Amino acid sequence: MLAFLVRRFLTAVLSVLLASVVVFGALLAVPGDPATVILGMNASPAAREALRTQLGLDRPPVERYVSWLGGVMRGDMGESLNYQRPVAGLIGERLRVSVPLAVGAALVACLLALPLGIFAALRRGTVWDPLVTSLSQLGAAIPSFWLGLIFILYFAVELRWLPASGFVPLGEDPVRWARSLVLPVLALGLGQAAVMTRMTRAAMLEVLSQDFVRTARAKGVGQRGVVLKHALRNAMVTIVTILGISLSNVFIGSIVIEQVFALPGLGRLALTAIGTRDFPLLQGEILLYAATIVGLGFLVDVSYGLLDPRIRYE
Amino acid sequence: MSDAPATARSRRTAARARGRGPGRRYNLWLGGLLIGTIVAGALLGFVWSPHPPNTMDFTAQLQPPSAEHWLGTDHFGRDLFSRLLVGARGTLYVGFIAVGIALVAGTALGAVAGFAGGLLDEAVMRLVDVLYAFPAILMALLLAAVYQPGTLTAMAAIGIATVPIFARIARSSVLSIKEREYVEAGRALGLGEGRILWRHVMPGAVGPLVVQASLSLAVAVLAEAALSFLGLGTPPDVPSWGNMLREAQGFLAMSPYPAFVPGLAIVWTVLGWSLLGDGLRDLLDPCTV
Repeated sequence: MLAFLVRRFLTAVLSVLLASVVVFGALLAVPGDPATVILGMNASPAAREALRTQLGLDRPPVERYVSWLGGVMRGDMGESLNYQRPVAGLIGERLRVSVPLAVGAALVACLLALPLGIFAALRRGTVWDPLVTSLSQLGAAIPSFWLGLIFILYFAVELRWLPASGFVPLGEDPVRWARSLVLPVLALGLGQAAVMTRMTRAAMLEVLSQDFVRTARAKGVGQRGVVLKHALRNAMVTIVTILGISLSNVFIGSIVIEQVFALPGLGRLALTAIGTRDFPLLQGEILLYAATIVGLGFLVDVSYGLLDPRIRYE
Repeated sequence: MSDAPATARSRRTAARARGRGPGRRYNLWLGGLLIGTIVAGALLGFVWSPHPPNTMDFTAQLQPPSAEHWLGTDHFGRDLFSRLLVGARGTLYVGFIAVGIALVAGTALGAVAGFAGGLLDEAVMRLVDVLYAFPAILMALLLAAVYQPGTLTAMAAIGIATVPIFARIARSSVLSIKEREYVEAGRALGLGEGRILWRHVMPGAVGPLVVQASLSLAVAVLAEAALSFLGLGTPPDVPSWGNMLREAQGFLAMSPYPAFVPGLAIVWTVLGWSLLGDGLRDLLDPCTV
């Protein structure tokens, strides 16, 4: 197991390192002089020179990359050009919005998709299976940001049950914090639930058609035992993959949802950074998103090894 | 004689079990119908629309559907149906180009990696792993920072982010096909590696790639709409479904139609591509049904 863990960890670290090269390399690919691109043509030569020094453009690219990466490893992602504050601090503040949003949406997706997917698989051949399958296919086709707009229209504008936009910090007022997140979480989570329902159903159907399930039934194991002890346990590898994909998807999907509900999260920060050509901030944010996706993939791989001993010995 | 209907019936049952009977093809037909209407609408938009899509009419702002404006108007009084037709064109265009880029690049990478094996395979798969870490929206943020947001960067972002899926499918298909006897026979006959890969291995990988292309088009439509909604896709002056939704956001309380219309069009198209993909999979790879 240790060798499996070390191998997977090294692969994940290599992926993050390569991702950091891509993110850092993007600044090098900016056509023309980045300082002029950021400050505009009307900036004074002195201002441009100062920015070049701040961005480290007067040093060789490899030296800049090593210095930036060293900083990132120590938690120093440089200083935002727009906010004139450390990038890590800005990201930390915005995570307080984006993390609850993504985790809440992933929870909604799992709580709906797992029972529905298993239910559809167990009811194959009845009217329930095509009903759940068709609804999940339709749900997967609905863009989360459009669903968000529809929710705003009905639950905020028409019924006035929940706020249409904005965010209240948890420390300030927990009830208003929860209310400000309900619609975004549902908009993000429901679409993901639809995708996951189909995947869970497929995973369960595959396991239910295996010989050991037939053997368990032949031995007289009841439906509950077959599902919980045999089928679900063996479908867990696929279901864990689905969870990993789901968390990555909602984390990235939150970029759009934050825009719909005017939530001051990482996504809105990134869009502001693009508007103001704040490269240090954008680099830090994109690397964080990419590293999170790689990290989730690593956790999924590790859980494979824990759930199915055959995988760790492959 | 009396056996004939029974034989025909059993043939139909077998065909259905293989996923080729009409009972299994509803995905294909329905998906084809949905996409057919969008393609027809996009083509119609080239030659005809009830109103010029960008002409503003401040006497007809935020109108509900009527005989004059079939799907209503937006906050500038622009005809929603006309803008929908033009938007369909952009949606299909971005989707086809982006998925085309991914299909060609991903298939080439995956096929060569799977066929060559060894270090090249390892290197390509690491590259694919890295690309997995950059979904379309993230890639678009990166490209928009470097080259400014626009249709081209959106297409490139969706295309690059979709490369890994095709690379993995092509690689796994090639890995299984290259062990077959007829490939070995080709080698024994003295055929070059390139010829074996192109003429004898790749035709066997076409089915899964076609299915994935249709499913990826569904994802591309969603991604393009999301990017335009964020202002990272189609420029604001060009009608696109994502742009229409972004503009409608500020007027939701006054009229829901500017938000309903492009949203439903997106759902329609995504559903169409995904049903078509499922139908193609049932047809080409019945084992997965």
